[in-house]
Amino acid sequence: MSNAVEQRSDCTWTPKVVAFVCNWCTYTGADLAGTSRLKMDPNVRVIKLPCSSRVNPLFIIKAFERGADGVIVSGCHTGDCHYSTGNYHARRRFAILHDLLQFMGVEEDRVTFAWVSASEGNKWQQVVNETTARVRQLGPFGSMQDQSGGTL
Amino acid sequence: MSALQDTARKLLNDGTVSVVIGYEAGARGVRPAFITAPDQADKLIFDKRCVQNLATYLNPRRKQVAQLGKAAVVVKGCDARAVAGMIREKQIDRNNIVILAMRCGGVLQHPEADAELTAETVSIRCAGCTAREPKLFDHLFGELPPEPPVNAHRIEQIAALERMSPAERWNFWTEELSRCIRCHACREACPMCFCVRCTAEKSQPQWIDPSSTPHANRAWQTMRVLHQAGRCVDCLECERACPEHIPLGLLARYVADAVERRFEYKASDDPSVAAPIGVYRTDDDEEFIR
Repeated sequence: MSNAVEQRSDCTWTPKVVAFVCNWCTYTGADLAGTSRLKMDPNVRVIKLPCSSRVNPLFIIKAFERGADGVIVSGCHTGDCHYSTGNYHARRRFAILHDLLQFMGVEEDRVTFAWVSASEGNKWQQVVNETTARVRQLGPFGSMQDQSGGTL
Repeated sequence: MSALQDTARKLLNDGTVSVVIGYEAGARGVRPAFITAPDQADKLIFDKRCVQNLATYLNPRRKQVAQLGKAAVVVKGCDARAVAGMIREKQIDRNNIVILAMRCGGVLQHPEADAELTAETVSIRCAGCTAREPKLFDHLFGELPPEPPVNAHRIEQIAALERMSPAERWNFWTEELSRCIRCHACREACPMCFCVRCTAEKSQPQWIDPSSTPHANRAWQTMRVLHQAGRCVDCLECERACPEHIPLGLLARYVADAVERRFEYKASDDPSVAAPIGVYRTDDDEEFIR
């Protein structure tokens, strides 16, 4: 926590973005982006999950509490889910989460939802760079932080 | 309300139920009544002060009520949606309850005042009511009263919030939620909050900080409202129970509207209608996903 404050005060702040990605498509896509040597902002921390439907909204809230400035949630395109229907269910939950976060005053650009398939290394690069750029513009998201707890 | 009293008496007399959950006159307006003796049935009343959603007492984790035995419950059309929700989610058995439904012409926002129903005094939950004539019942009582006046306060407040910038909305909720003392009365009063163990009480891992801090209060309400998405019956018991008068009804209504807009689903009093979270359509809107 103290780190984050110091970083902000001496103007060396860089955004922290947490990406919750599905094991089957987006993680593999991100891996492809890496092995293809695509240049990406180094601000994203990837957390691999079995499926985008494993993303509990609390993961996102917790990421913000622990110092994330932005979150990416990504999985297989609809119809491509390894578990057939996981991302259809996830899509419904994300839709409500997306609306509610905005209603509660979280800027829309803080949370990016994206479908990235295993072959879309380029799209992953785009998602990462664009999200980081937008979060950088918004600045630190200190107001959601747990002032007592640990950081990323 | 003699028809209601007669039916309650009969149900208790012939042993169909062992308790009738209804409303009786209390020191400050009306209060919930648990009638177990037939000769007490004439205590039951129903009028515009009967705001509380009694379906909450059917919640199986309320052991003190459950141990009274098979129950009959007095519901308004809106409350019947909570009963339907609990049947849908297998919390209660339809054959194990008797639903005494009342035709309703609106209730008061502040029932202790016992005012005439006007656009100022009527409950904000009655705006746009489609459940004056209950459809889920075993016995139906009363004549269909005229439509209640519309208290648009909450709808206007949501529209005003939507016009604000994200930062203004953030400040609005920070201000409102700063009063939260994390008593969890919103959860206890809610007919649809019936988990045996709430995520808010889990400590391994601890998802939500139990202390009353800005981030924890926000996390708690976000989670609570999300868990209610597509399940909330908009009875506003959360808001009524809140000792700090946090406008939780705004969140409930906003999410209900989002669910309706996206999934064309409105809280239903038909237990066989599937709730929107847990089912899907392949052509669900995904304009927010890149």
